[in-house]
Amino acid sequence: MTKEEKEALIARLEERYLKKYKKKFRVGIEEAIQNTLWGYGLDLSRCIGCRRCVYACVEENNCSREKPQSQWIRVIRLKKGSLINLEDSEHYYNPELVPEKEFLYIPVQCQQCENPPCVRVCPVHATWKEPDGLVVVDYNWCIGCRYCIAACPYRGRIFNWGEPNVPPEHWNTSVHYLGNRPRMRNVVDKCTFCIQRVRMGRYPACVEVCPTGSRKFGNLLDPNSEIRYVIQNKRTFRLKEDLNTEPKFYYFFEA
Amino acid sequence: MSQSLRETLKETWRFYRKTLRLVLTGSKEYYLWCFLLLSIMIVGFLCYLPQLQKGLITTNMKDQVVWGLYISNFTYLVGVAAAAVLLVVPAYIYQFGPIKEIVVLGELFAASSIIMALLFVIVDLGRVDRFWHMLPWIGKMNFPSSLLAWDVIVLNVYLLLNLIIPIYLLVKTYYGKEPNKKFIVPLILFSIPMAVTIHTVTAFLYNGLPARPFWNASILAPRFLASAFCSGPAIIIIVFQILREYTFIKVEDRALFKIAELMAYAMFLNLFFLISEMFKEYYSNTVHIASLKYLYEGLHGHNLLVPWIWVGTLMNLIAFILFLFPITRQRLSTLNIGCILIIAGVWIEKGPGLVIPGFVPDPLGEIYEYIPNFRELFISFGIWATGFLIFTILMKVAIPIASGEFSHSRYEKEKMS
Repeated sequence: MTKEEKEALIARLEERYLKKYKKKFRVGIEEAIQNTLWGYGLDLSRCIGCRRCVYACVEENNCSREKPQSQWIRVIRLKKGSLINLEDSEHYYNPELVPEKEFLYIPVQCQQCENPPCVRVCPVHATWKEPDGLVVVDYNWCIGCRYCIAACPYRGRIFNWGEPNVPPEHWNTSVHYLGNRPRMRNVVDKCTFCIQRVRMGRYPACVEVCPTGSRKFGNLLDPNSEIRYVIQNKRTFRLKEDLNTEPKFYYFFEA
Repeated sequence: MSQSLRETLKETWRFYRKTLRLVLTGSKEYYLWCFLLLSIMIVGFLCYLPQLQKGLITTNMKDQVVWGLYISNFTYLVGVAAAAVLLVVPAYIYQFGPIKEIVVLGELFAASSIIMALLFVIVDLGRVDRFWHMLPWIGKMNFPSSLLAWDVIVLNVYLLLNLIIPIYLLVKTYYGKEPNKKFIVPLILFSIPMAVTIHTVTAFLYNGLPARPFWNASILAPRFLASAFCSGPAIIIIVFQILREYTFIKVEDRALFKIAELMAYAMFLNLFFLISEMFKEYYSNTVHIASLKYLYEGLHGHNLLVPWIWVGTLMNLIAFILFLFPITRQRLSTLNIGCILIIAGVWIEKGPGLVIPGFVPDPLGEIYEYIPNFRELFISFGIWATGFLIFTILMKVAIPIASGEFSHSRYEKEKMS
């Protein structure tokens, strides 16, 4: 698409959203910033399993709120002593207070793989990896076959089983075409490290909201970035490295 | 209007009129059968409308189990379609009798199965309105990277083959001409490797996902083929018997028994592959055994599929024994029991028994026990009924043509004189 075509498309979309949701949206089409490869770090020794990131993400990304609430981050609870075998994970833990002594918490979202199995299987090129490493979906092209969900080893992709519902006063009107713009029913969406924020120089919502500072974010190509510091100085690992998906999401423990 | 054009139009009109009469007239059983199928189709369609309107939220599928009854049926039917054509080989080698009729019947049966399989994909698609995105040139097909793109191609080529071959043969017969062997034999031969291909590609579609250890086993495609060689012929044996009861097509018992013998070999392979898989998983006992455990013994107290898979396995085992011994294989009553056991047993094994455990537990270890709701059931019944009706109508027209009862008026006159 040429620049003019893109602008016309955005104008049409903004008009449609205005009609449908009675809100003035700003639909961004910012391209990837040059020499950028986004990477994420998560300090498992600090995470207290409070799920604030989960709800901040839902708010920021205009995810469906009810029946079912569509969440892009899932925090699982594991008994201390086990890390790799996720079979014993608890997804719906609900104690009075977190953290609990005998457990640790692993937040999981799209790992923005360098070698994403979901992109490979999509029958219609509705999903791809951007130059800055973000795996994105064109919600207007997805046919809803859910093959990518079957292919994802991290449950990084979520399906809009019904028409997404967001209370009018809760719309986040600052959106990106490939990110948090309003979705329709029966298409796949996913975490994009808040593409609408990071391409404008802001942190993802989950990084900002984390009360313990467990979440780190930055440019993997910049030697002075926080994420590079984490990789250099902490002992990091990535989920299911044996699958050769090369995630850009690094878990670590405070040394 | 010139004389010849008028003749052609008249002849065409005559063809449609006679076809319509063939389809619309029949015995009481025929009417009852068609009426039954039509009512199931209507119920299925009425159940589909809300799904189309509100989305797949009206089914019992969730983010943990994203494929359910529809894709289970799809997988099973691809196998059935493949095996129907593969019957052509033994029919030819062992000279089962009316080879042309068997080819026509087998290929039309395959075509009906593929149509059902494609309908199951269509009801499973979230955005049917964007179906065209998958078409080459018009849309943006992710070929050769996505196995789903491969599957769309091979299934459609196979459907086309299975329509062209029987239609060509029937048209030739209708005009009282011999088919051009140079044209049709290569096509028939080509449809045989294509039958293997559609099933292999469908198996690879699951097989290529390292995220799902249950499917990521090399034995998957061989198991697919072995089980298809059981379920497809089992249905064909039943269909043959119905047809020889009601039509002129005379398939000898000998042919049925031979097919049953071949099925015994296929079932042996199927069970052997199952044992190989069981041994590998249970003896090595890694974390990847979880899905298999969920299927066969239950996982952390979740055991919805356990009774189903054991009944299915038992059915296959009993059918294998029935088909192994000539006494039971060569008696129609036990032969038919065996066929029904295989049809149901393989459906459980290659349908829900294959698709659902792939998703349980999910990649983050969550267990959601999927069971289809009534909407999914009725939509599925509706699609099966559609396939049966298509096959019935095809047979109703194809058989009189093949037998020479229904042909071009010029040819009929020649026959008279």
